[in-house]
Amino acid sequence: MAECGASGSGSSGDSLDKSITLPPDEIFRNLENAKRFAIDIGGSLTKLAYYSTVQHKVAKVRSFDYSGKDTEQDHEPPYEISVQEEVTARLHFVKFENTYIEACLDFIKDHLVNTETKVIQATGGGAYKFKDLIEEKLQLKVDKEDVMTCLIKGCNFVLKNIPHEAFVYQKDSDPEFRFQTNHPNIFPYLLVNIGSGVSIVKVETEDRFEWIGGSSIGGGTFWGLGALLTKTKKFDELLQLASRGQHTNVDMLVQDIYGGAHETLGLSGNLIASSFGKSATADQEFSKEDMAKSLLHMISNDIGQLACLYARLHCLDRVYFGGFFIRGHPVTMRTITYSINFFSKGEVQALFLRHEGYLGAIGAFLKGAEQDNPNQYSWGENYAGSSGLMSSSPELCPTQRARSGTFDLLEMDRLERPLVNLPLLLDPSSYVPDTVDLTDDALARKYWLTCFEEALDGVVKRAVASQPGSVDAAERAEKFRQKYWNKLQTLRHQPFAYGTLTVRSLLDTREHCLNEFNFPDPYSKVKQKDNGVALKCFQRVVSALDALDWEERQLALVKGLLAGNVFDWGAKAVSDVLESDPQFGFEEAKKKLQERPWLVDSYGKWLQRLKGPPHKCALIFADNSGVDVILGVFPFVRELLSRGTEVILACNSGPALNDVTYNESLIVAERIAAMDPVIHSALREERLLLVQTGSSSPCLDLSRLDKGLAVLVRERGADLVVIEGMGRAVHTNYHAALCCESLKLAVIKNSWLAERLGGQLFSVIFKYEVPAE
Amino acid sequence: MGAGWLAAPMERHARAAATSASSARESVLGGPDGRRREPLRRRANSASAPAVGASASASPSGEGVRRDRPGSYSGATSASRQRVESLRKKRPLFPWFGLDIGGTLVKLVYFEPKDITAEEEEEEVESLKSIRKYLTSNVAYGSTGIRDVHLELKDLTLCGRKGNLHFIRFPTHDMPAFIQMGRDKNFSSLHTVFCATGGGAYKFEQDFLTIGDLQLCKLDELDCLIKGILYIDSVGFNGRSQCYYFENPADSEKCQKLPFDLKNPYPLLLVNIGSGVSILAVYSKDNYKRVTGTSLGGGTFFGLCCLLTGCTTFEEALEMASRGDSTKVDKLVRDIYGGDYERFGLPGWAVASSFGNMMSKEKREAVSKEDLARATLITITNNIGSIARMCALNENINQVVFVGNFLRINTIAMRLLAYALDYWSKGQLKALFSEHEGYFGAVGALLELLKIP
Repeated sequence: MAECGASGSGSSGDSLDKSITLPPDEIFRNLENAKRFAIDIGGSLTKLAYYSTVQHKVAKVRSFDYSGKDTEQDHEPPYEISVQEEVTARLHFVKFENTYIEACLDFIKDHLVNTETKVIQATGGGAYKFKDLIEEKLQLKVDKEDVMTCLIKGCNFVLKNIPHEAFVYQKDSDPEFRFQTNHPNIFPYLLVNIGSGVSIVKVETEDRFEWIGGSSIGGGTFWGLGALLTKTKKFDELLQLASRGQHTNVDMLVQDIYGGAHETLGLSGNLIASSFGKSATADQEFSKEDMAKSLLHMISNDIGQLACLYARLHCLDRVYFGGFFIRGHPVTMRTITYSINFFSKGEVQALFLRHEGYLGAIGAFLKGAEQDNPNQYSWGENYAGSSGLMSSSPELCPTQRARSGTFDLLEMDRLERPLVNLPLLLDPSSYVPDTVDLTDDALARKYWLTCFEEALDGVVKRAVASQPGSVDAAERAEKFRQKYWNKLQTLRHQPFAYGTLTVRSLLDTREHCLNEFNFPDPYSKVKQKDNGVALKCFQRVVSALDALDWEERQLALVKGLLAGNVFDWGAKAVSDVLESDPQFGFEEAKKKLQERPWLVDSYGKWLQRLKGPPHKCALIFADNSGVDVILGVFPFVRELLSRGTEVILACNSGPALNDVTYNESLIVAERIAAMDPVIHSALREERLLLVQTGSSSPCLDLSRLDKGLAVLVRERGADLVVIEGMGRAVHTNYHAALCCESLKLAVIKNSWLAERLGGQLFSVIFKYEVPAE
Repeated sequence: MGAGWLAAPMERHARAAATSASSARESVLGGPDGRRREPLRRRANSASAPAVGASASASPSGEGVRRDRPGSYSGATSASRQRVESLRKKRPLFPWFGLDIGGTLVKLVYFEPKDITAEEEEEEVESLKSIRKYLTSNVAYGSTGIRDVHLELKDLTLCGRKGNLHFIRFPTHDMPAFIQMGRDKNFSSLHTVFCATGGGAYKFEQDFLTIGDLQLCKLDELDCLIKGILYIDSVGFNGRSQCYYFENPADSEKCQKLPFDLKNPYPLLLVNIGSGVSILAVYSKDNYKRVTGTSLGGGTFFGLCCLLTGCTTFEEALEMASRGDSTKVDKLVRDIYGGDYERFGLPGWAVASSFGNMMSKEKREAVSKEDLARATLITITNNIGSIARMCALNENINQVVFVGNFLRINTIAMRLLAYALDYWSKGQLKALFSEHEGYFGAVGALLELLKIP
């Protein structure tokens, strides 16, 4: 959300442009560390981009040094936690109206500490006009970059790095936006940029693109001709006029020429035969609204037709639209979509971009930052720092729209490691991680938003408790509450604000907000304690398992996995139990489990499979710390290893709820290895490998995984994927199709969801799938 | 032309009996499809009416009911004459009209027989004679009807008759007056078949029937268009070539209009610019398809000009355009990039944004109506050129014929089309034009009447 902060500045319009006061913690954040700048000045909006570093507190775990000491220290935690500062890279993009440009430049000058920066990359039609002003204010040399090159670089960047970037616009449907899953290969595509004129560019690779055509009938025609016809000066006002008008009063329709006969002839009478065809008369007045609407149709249809002709000539079916004519305006998206559907008979898809307005700025920035190789990294949209997509109905949330119209933000975090598809996905292009689309499912949306609202108190409490030594923890936690609460309210009104709304995106947004206010790992202490307790039970559990005969043991192992999964602070039903009964144990958890047959139960098939030859290599995505990973996953891993199956154990790179992190898993494994020869030798011989997922989410997106993991999966020829936990196996991936065997198991710790799936609280999902031959 | 028609001297519509009775036979249009056959059936039935004599033609309106009565097929008195008539060529009765009722203009072609024998003249009914005289002795009909004398095709042989082909147009909004005139002059007594095409053939069909007692033979617009073009091209233009092109279209000094021999017409992209635009790919006489169309056509040019300049006629709009400067209105590539946009190979003179300069208040105040008319013309023309070029590329056709009344007296548009097509296709595409611009549909309709393939 773009909190302008400065009271009243959002609604005050142009007059306050010089006196606007900008709150640094809201708009130009992290300026003090900013190093590269780029600016894209369009006809009415300026987009500023800069690269900065963010200091974050991160929770680190470290093994105690046990060497030569007696390890039987019952009261000691298994490892120590320290909070350290870590620097991560972030891209900031700020969009504001050109009227604020001087105020903004002054502000930047005042807050810019870093003096290494000498150059600012500039693009857009206004770059020339404001060149002197920028050079004077910022003392930076303006380097002009080609507009289209920037646009395309920016487009490639968002298509590759932002999930749900592209969407189709569906008139009169709820939601109006239908987001597209990111295609693994974004090329080739057609970019139709509708600025004052229209440019049609075919993009074939990262660096190869070609201007294949254009049209002079574009946004400038709408604006210029519209201003002449209606005496309305502003683009937005013209669009508003158009949205109220009736083009049939001005246009000559097929039915005007054919009379009523068009029906029998199979013609659609509403088709426009001649734009403005009825205005060829001296003795009639036409309303501004009607003329504006007719003009809008004329231009949109024309652009759509040309785009289709070019798409056909170049055999392309994906056409992205951008430029100020589109810029999120529902009226233009609607008419363009209609036109494309009409002229291509549905064969070409009109796609729009959530961050369309930023493409030029992103591209200019990337041009200037080439030496930093930004394209080598993966980036992720920071939901905490980014404004969402606006609702198409201004009346829905007028204040928010007004504010965001003034300042709009996009922040992207540089991820430590590049993310790629899991090589075992059956069809990467059709893979959708999320099980339920909450933008679609209003009932589920309502439930989950309320659920997250209700859980907010607990999260705030937990966050404060995790930093007992901090003086400002309570204050920061309160800010976190406000931020996340606001996000939830935005999403209630505009579920599409950040792409497809899912339980995953709600969880991720919460993590981003927590990080934003320096609560990197509120569960670190809980996890530490749980891990300590569970480690102590490990040997007892393992010996009990070893005492069972083979068949009993297999079931016990699976039950152990499931029971461990009950320990989940992310689930409200469970966190209530854990909160009130800290002694709640493994055995109690097992008792809570549903008896077989489970809600989804393919255990028989799995057992049958286990009687066959061992798997070559299993990839296991672990879920919670403590009992789950130590008493559930590790015994299971141990059994697989004993069968001769290699195991890759994948844990989150960063913290999310009480999920076990990669670093924690290293320590846990080390501690278990010290107790258990099977694990010990497997680690030493690299038959058991611990890897990180590249994610910090309680859910799992198999299309964005750490490259190292993907490489390993390929090298070891993984032929079994085990996904555990509600977040990874139910909210996401429940329907994921893999090209190898897979096991998805979870305990449903949410009664609403359980009911939806036809079960009840603590119902068990055990889904063993073998791909069709 | 309505007023003009009505102002025509009142005629006696006497005795159509003899000729019309036989005409029922001759004018058998028996097309293969039901749609074409329908009016014929009516013709056959109505043949009885004239037998009743002058009373019928004097009646205020042809009651459809009476005429539709079956079994009244030709009276016994005319039986012997019929036998004689049947020896004559099977051609319809005069007058021979072809009608194309478009969104803005009605195009009428009229064949004036010049080989009328004395005997024929003797037999010719008054109303027929008066129509002939009226049409051929005037060049304007009322305030809006116009005969394009310069287009007249002389000494044409049609169905064994020699004569001149006349080209007449009037605004579609005068159609009711035209129909009323048909009623007043009792056209129905002539038993001529009105072959009509264009959307108006459908729209006004009922009016023709109820007001004028005239049954239209409705014909497909595109069929007629193609038929008309191919026929007119084959007969030439009074010894000259029908088809032409422009050499050096961008250079007003060196620009030349030169004849083009359309000896290999296929494949051909046909761009018909009327109120809207239709684009057809023609592969042979009977094999064609509609590729696409655009609503940005002549109606848009004229409509926008009316709104922007207050002009009232197409001629006025064009005249203004000829004196205007569109570069004051349009934003050119050089206005944005200071010159050529080399990255994309765009020349500085190219229009980047039509009406783009009009985003600025100062510039809006600085332009004249003439500039606006010119810019409107350039915008619409360039856009048609651009769509035509893309269609030609997609259909793999390199000769493009532009027709339609938008091009009438519109050299600016034609030269621009010629230049744009040549420039953007790097010489691969050729823009062709045809002298009879907007009349092909009407000619096609006439050919249908005469069953000329």
